[in-house]
Amino acid sequence: MKAMDAGTLTEPREGLHARPHIEVEVQQQSERQLPSRDVVFSIRDLSVYYGGFKAVRNVSLDIFQNQITALIGPSGCGKTTMIRCLNRMNDLIENARVDGEVLYHGVNLYDKRVDAVEVRRRIGMVFQRPNPFPKSIYDNITFGPKIAGFKGNMDELVEQSLQKAALWDEVKDRLKESAWSLSGGQQQRLCIARCVAVQPDVILMDEPCSALDPIATARVEDLMQDLKSEYSIVIVTHNMQQAARVSEMTAFFTAEVQEDQDRRTGVLVEYDKTEQIFTNPSDERTENYVTGRFG
Amino acid sequence: MTSGAIDIGALQGSPQRRRRESLILRAFQLAAALSVLISAGIVFSLLGEAIVFLSNVDLSQLFAGGWYPRRGEFGIATIVTGTMVVTLVGMVVAAPLGLAAAVYLSEYAKPRVRRTVKPILEILAGIPSVVIGFFALTWISPEVIQRFFNDASAFNMAAAGLGVGILVTPLVASVAEDALRSVPQALREASVGMGARKRTTTLQIVLPAAVSGIVAAFIIGMSRAIGETMVVAIAAGGTGGSAFTVDPTGPGQTMTAAMTALAVGSDQVRGTDGTFQSLFFVGLLLFFITLTLNILSERFVRRVRQKY
Ligand SMILES: Nc1ncnc2c1ncn2[C@@H]1O[C@H](COP(=O)(O)OP(=O)(O)OP(=O)(O)O)[C@@H](O)[C@H]1O
Ligand SMILES: [Mg+2]
Repeated sequence: MKAMDAGTLTEPREGLHARPHIEVEVQQQSERQLPSRDVVFSIRDLSVYYGGFKAVRNVSLDIFQNQITALIGPSGCGKTTMIRCLNRMNDLIENARVDGEVLYHGVNLYDKRVDAVEVRRRIGMVFQRPNPFPKSIYDNITFGPKIAGFKGNMDELVEQSLQKAALWDEVKDRLKESAWSLSGGQQQRLCIARCVAVQPDVILMDEPCSALDPIATARVEDLMQDLKSEYSIVIVTHNMQQAARVSEMTAFFTAEVQEDQDRRTGVLVEYDKTEQIFTNPSDERTENYVTGRFG
Repeated sequence: MTSGAIDIGALQGSPQRRRRESLILRAFQLAAALSVLISAGIVFSLLGEAIVFLSNVDLSQLFAGGWYPRRGEFGIATIVTGTMVVTLVGMVVAAPLGLAAAVYLSEYAKPRVRRTVKPILEILAGIPSVVIGFFALTWISPEVIQRFFNDASAFNMAAAGLGVGILVTPLVASVAEDALRSVPQALREASVGMGARKRTTTLQIVLPAAVSGIVAAFIIGMSRAIGETMVVAIAAGGTGGSAFTVDPTGPGQTMTAAMTALAVGSDQVRGTDGTFQSLFFVGLLLFFITLTLNILSERFVRRVRQKY
């Protein structure tokens, strides 16, 4: 078995469809035996700093292909910080610094040779608040494919992407209208469609439903189920029912005082099958959190 | 007090405080009314004097081939064109330079650099225009304009225009930078998260999103350039009036410089039947041009605000 070498991420891609096709040795969780699955991300001893402040400390976990992985935990425990490490969005924050490794199909994303732009074309992101561009619905979808040099049928791609995001029927007659004329839930699905349009390998979602009503939330959740056959999804959520409903694996983080820090640092408490986390957690802190007895 | 109904007195608050608040309100209303009154007063005095001028002058002289108040020639086209030439040259400098500086500051500069450069820009915007005027006359004219155009005169509109451009660049940069910075960070993140490079994000997302603010910056710069007096009076060389010209390498007269010449009396027209009043007529014209531009830019700025 061979891992992807850093060159794949530094050289220009031939086309959008050049998805990494790699087999990777399956890493076993040390504590509990997990069924063999392909690993997308192998996070190794990851710590993140904002200036002198250590926001997340020594996290190690494997994220699996074609599954939904949920990151849960109390506010400020570093979920956003973690998920932004997975496609190098933290590069945008002036004083953020990352220690440790994020192996993506075996390649360390923080290798000096890796171009963050290439990383983000493979690993898309949906943000907490819908952030469509102030352009038409159509142009929102085509932005990503265009900059990635997509040469195929754009109309078809737009339709496909909107179909996948369960938005097509609602907007097919108003593709030229401003994306900002859509409702919040529609905007968020548009952001998902926009992300899907570049045909990434992984979709990262940071609290994608926090600005949505229950109906829109349900639609986005259905959507995630549809998408996971083609994509691997990592989702941050505050909503524990949501984590329980949609994800296969759940990681519980919390913030704790460390000896060498005066502010609370995020740590990974437990990572396991979602069912285990919610019904039979092995750590007391997890149990307190999922049963609502936190803090 | 029983549940439900309460006495209105309980919700009225202290009568003393209410009286104080209405007093403060009245003071502010007075201040606002005063500034409106002063503006209206200015317009009316301009209007009055302009009417005196128009009723005393041979109206055909407004279309004379030059601006020579001493000879009674008031070719409005001459000074309006002069203003346009100087403004155009100025904006050719200030628009790209100001925008580039704004893009650098807002998108590329490290916060520390921005924190030091932005105040410097604002100081530059406050340089007395006399200084720039002399700089235009003694350096830009011989070292730049006459070097490229051998037969350019020492006093020329191009040098004045470049000087005006230098003068308004910081203003354009500052306003455009505000417009770029008001583009929500979420849009940049969305773009970068799609795998866009910095350049692509700036050109295709940030600039289009800020376009109305940038246009407003240009308009504000333009109205400042049109209103600029000192640089033109010193470097453009229209002291004794000017023939109609569109040639930037030659001397010319702008509306503002014409007014200065009239006001300081270098044209020695004081008192002669309404000639002095032409000053007010030009002033009124200038007032309406800048007013229009400012209303336009206000519109654009408001469009930016509504969007986010
Ligand atoms: N740009 C930043 N600069 C400095 N500190 C930051 C920055 N972003 C986050 N932090 C700090 O890092 C810690 C983790 O923040 P993070 O946003 O990752 O938490 P979170 O788990 O996503 O919280 P929430 O559930 O409220 O979104 C917090 O203490 C926060 O104050
Ligand atoms: Mg967060």
